[in-house]
Amino acid sequence: MKRPVIEIKDLKTYFFVEEGVVKAVDGVSFEIAEGETLGIVGESGCGKSVTSISIMRLVPNPPGKIVGGQILFKGEDLLMKSEADMRKIRGNEISMIFQEPMTSLNPVYTIGDQIAESVMLHQNLTKREAFSRAVEMLDKVGIPASEKRVHEYPHQLSGGMRQRVMIAMALSCNPKMLVADEPTTALDVTIQAQILELMKQLRDEFNTAIMLITHDLGVIAEVADRVAVMYAGKIVEYTDVMTLFQKPGHPYTIGLLKSIPKLTGNHKRLEPIQGVVPSPLNLPQGCKFNNRCPYAREKCFEKEPELVEVEKGHSVRCWFHDQLQ
Amino acid sequence: MKKLLEVKDLKKYFPIKGGLFGRQIGAVKAVDGISFDVREGETLGLVGESGCGKSTTGRLILRLIDPTSGSVKFGGKDILALDKNQMRKMRKDMQIIFQDPYASLNPRMTVGSIITEALEIHNLLKNKNDKETRVHQLLEQVGLTGAHARRYPHEFSGGQRQRIGIARVLAVDPKIIIADEPVSALDVSIQAQVINLLQDLQQDLGLTFLFIAHDLSVVKHISNRVAVMYLGNIVEMAEKNELYNNPRHPYTQALLSAIPIADPTVKRERIILQGDVPSPINPPSGCRFHTRCPYARDICKKEEPVVKTIGEDHIVACHLV
Repeated sequence: MKRPVIEIKDLKTYFFVEEGVVKAVDGVSFEIAEGETLGIVGESGCGKSVTSISIMRLVPNPPGKIVGGQILFKGEDLLMKSEADMRKIRGNEISMIFQEPMTSLNPVYTIGDQIAESVMLHQNLTKREAFSRAVEMLDKVGIPASEKRVHEYPHQLSGGMRQRVMIAMALSCNPKMLVADEPTTALDVTIQAQILELMKQLRDEFNTAIMLITHDLGVIAEVADRVAVMYAGKIVEYTDVMTLFQKPGHPYTIGLLKSIPKLTGNHKRLEPIQGVVPSPLNLPQGCKFNNRCPYAREKCFEKEPELVEVEKGHSVRCWFHDQLQ
Repeated sequence: MKKLLEVKDLKKYFPIKGGLFGRQIGAVKAVDGISFDVREGETLGLVGESGCGKSTTGRLILRLIDPTSGSVKFGGKDILALDKNQMRKMRKDMQIIFQDPYASLNPRMTVGSIITEALEIHNLLKNKNDKETRVHQLLEQVGLTGAHARRYPHEFSGGQRQRIGIARVLAVDPKIIIADEPVSALDVSIQAQVINLLQDLQQDLGLTFLFIAHDLSVVKHISNRVAVMYLGNIVEMAEKNELYNNPRHPYTQALLSAIPIADPTVKRERIILQGDVPSPINPPSGCRFHTRCPYARDICKKEEPVVKTIGEDHIVACHLV
């Protein structure tokens, strides 16, 4: 196996609010190797986005705080770095793409200025060199007439184009790792197909490690190599993409797969997961999924299961994972 | 089957005003001549990408906005000829569910009063005692409990709020429900609950749905027939299995091939469309899809394709079919 670019060990990010402590990320561990895409799936509030901003050390403090764990990037713990050191890493070695490109681009600067800014900052290039780098990156992400487009403002571009600009900016410094938080959720399907294709191409070309956060299992099946399924701040299943879809081990994963309408095959009634995600301030005792799990037994209400490796490279957090099928 | 709703050559142009005196300098052709029927008891799915005019179509049918031209008949009656009061009465039979359940519920009203408001407007209450029983009955019908009537919208999760929206719609006992992206804002596990609820209600109450959505898997799951829109036109319409198994319009083909399938073993040839959807302000000449169509020929740039019937209930607007 290739050497991991990043290793997250027992990461804990808590938010201290008036009503109590929200354990948004509560002991999450995973790793991503060069050229590999790790998909992180889960529903709203499961902690997938907080995991990404923790890696970037962008957790708003207060109320948020990383209270434990390690983030080993190229062997060094990012949690030990000073803010000045972090600034050299963000956008240079680890980049991020967000869901809504319009809110993450500055409306009063041209897209060329914005791409060049990070290049000049991190790579010590002159303005002219940085601009030609911006044009080159726009070409790479498939923006037509890049020489002209580089002088345009974000509002002059469509949603898909803006997301391409975000990707161009994120990759302009040749990062080792890319964090993509729902990069295609705001886009239409035909544009989503273009962007996913582009991300695959760029990953192969630059050998970037990608952490792809999404709620869409279709996107996961399409681009991820390995997957971590999160529920209530914890990873409940962690495996390669084939195993996840063919031999899911956690009742939550099984429930998710049964909830989505299929495009092929005949139409049975959907089997939704009962109930709703519990409030993060009031999580159930024992297994966090026990109040929605069709298989829950007494033990599930007493003690929380650990994430255990059930097969090589396949971990599941469930007491009865061997008795489900 | 009886046609409950008949839409003919419906158009909506939104004016663009500009210049010194605010004259009209152009128009957004949001919906540009669409025709379709919805039959009693069926679900017609309306799909398309953002800006194709699918939501505008839903609002035009209810006359929440007035069409530029065309006709909408509901139960044989031309609803565009109705005045404001008659239209308000008509809306008892035609209801809409919106995408964002939070934005469509008044935060200062309890769930009970949100639902009774609809009952009172349409004079559906026999007496005061009737009110409470009816509200409880409606809440139970959508999977909530009577105790929820005293709470406020912010106390509910997204899926529950959507259920409240559905209860409000059911209060007036409508014949047709226009559902505008009713599940897109919900998480997958909750989405499945709401889809099942809509299907159960349809079966129990004999409702007719116009289901507007961009998610093709959801639309396939819930619809009997599906219409595909592109830039204000319907490009293809057919029975759902026919449409998904045998798409004839190049846009439908591309759209279907672009959906990520939640099964990594499925490998398929993907048609990746170039470019973006053009602006509806100056839509392309001829066939509106020709700028992105991989098969476009000269005729596509010049002439607008006519709608052809190519099978039972299968229509398509393309020169090359």
